[in-house]
Amino acid sequence: MPTVSMTVNGKQVSGEVEGRTLLVQFLRENLHMTGTHVGCDTSQCGACVVHVNGDSMKSCTLLAVQADGTDVTTIEGLADGDTLHPMQEAFRDNHGLQCGFCTPGMVMSAVDLVKKNPKASEHEIREWLEGNICRCTGYHNIVKSIQQAQQTM
Amino acid sequence: MYDFAYHKPSSVADAVAARSGAEDGTYVAGGMTLVPTLKQRLAQPSDLVDLGGVGELKGISVSGNTVTIKAMTTHAAVANSSEVQAAIPALAALAGGIGDPQVRNRGTIGGSIANNDPAADYPAACLALGATIKTDKRELSADDFFTGLFETALEDGEMVVSISFPKPEKAAYQKFDNPASRYALVGVFAAKTGSGARVAVTGAGQDGVFRVPAMESALSTNWSAGAVDGIAVDAGTLNADIHASAEYRAHLITVMAKRAVSAAG
Repeated sequence: MPTVSMTVNGKQVSGEVEGRTLLVQFLRENLHMTGTHVGCDTSQCGACVVHVNGDSMKSCTLLAVQADGTDVTTIEGLADGDTLHPMQEAFRDNHGLQCGFCTPGMVMSAVDLVKKNPKASEHEIREWLEGNICRCTGYHNIVKSIQQAQQTM
Repeated sequence: MYDFAYHKPSSVADAVAARSGAEDGTYVAGGMTLVPTLKQRLAQPSDLVDLGGVGELKGISVSGNTVTIKAMTTHAAVANSSEVQAAIPALAALAGGIGDPQVRNRGTIGGSIANNDPAADYPAACLALGATIKTDKRELSADDFFTGLFETALEDGEMVVSISFPKPEKAAYQKFDNPASRYALVGVFAAKTGSGARVAVTGAGQDGVFRVPAMESALSTNWSAGAVDGIAVDAGTLNADIHASAEYRAHLITVMAKRAVSAAG
């Protein structure tokens, strides 16, 4: 079986996987980091979004072996101890979640947006969220959360 | 997903060797189509040859009037490239409209055209701009490369290395996308080139991407939205599915062609 090594949230990790093991399975089942969710499992809903070498990607559509040697950041890697990341804080302040299932992916996708396009307009924010589906909020408070984080990140 | 043997070569030569040594192998570029296909058990390759580690397959260069994009360049890299934005803005805009941001961070131009999905965006750009596709063995014109539904002229084991786009005088791509998948219900790429106008349609054809000669000759004499106003593609050659009838697609082709010509200016 192939062995993969990568940096996850700043820590060097490695493990044995099958060729067909998905990155999200490696994170959840090998590393027991269950913050990254599997929603649709068909690369549409975005609950599984993580950062790979600084870019947001859908970890349900990436093989663990394809992520060998990369630098991965998951939702667990954002907060600094007990201090939430400004994006997480913004989601809390603005009620940017209800059931919370899509939230890890939303937050990871939003952080990637604000890093790359800090002054994104409301329209650009909504376009960017194309790959993240939320069944509860109607997106309005998610957009408000991201707009707050644009000021605080 | 069925399991497979995984290879991660670091050069084109090693990738070709790994692929030819496999019983029933396949290349994987970004995997944005192949990984979902494997998950649904619609394919069962013996070996997966991952091109993600082949550095010589990445990058964008502009030389004179030609933009060359290597096969493993992501959609996001093309969309954000100041060189592509300056030389062929329509191509950068097309790349920025594929799928969603996470797909654009992973999916590649080489993977897209080798797959030749009938609703993919890049094949329309290749055909309308008269691109040249370079493989590990030869060079092919886009007209010869795309041969049918999910079919290309690539032989077993042959790999796309780069795509060269001649800079048009003006061009634009307009897509009427499915609101859920963002795949093109109809996408029209119109280009005014030194040797006349070229119009390519994706999302609609029963045999995949195709050109519209009647629109091309009208636009070659008169580059204006009005020139294609009355020109319709025969619905008998178009797809019909739960998203749109063939007649609706035929209507959309003319509308999108007019919008593309207007957008190109």
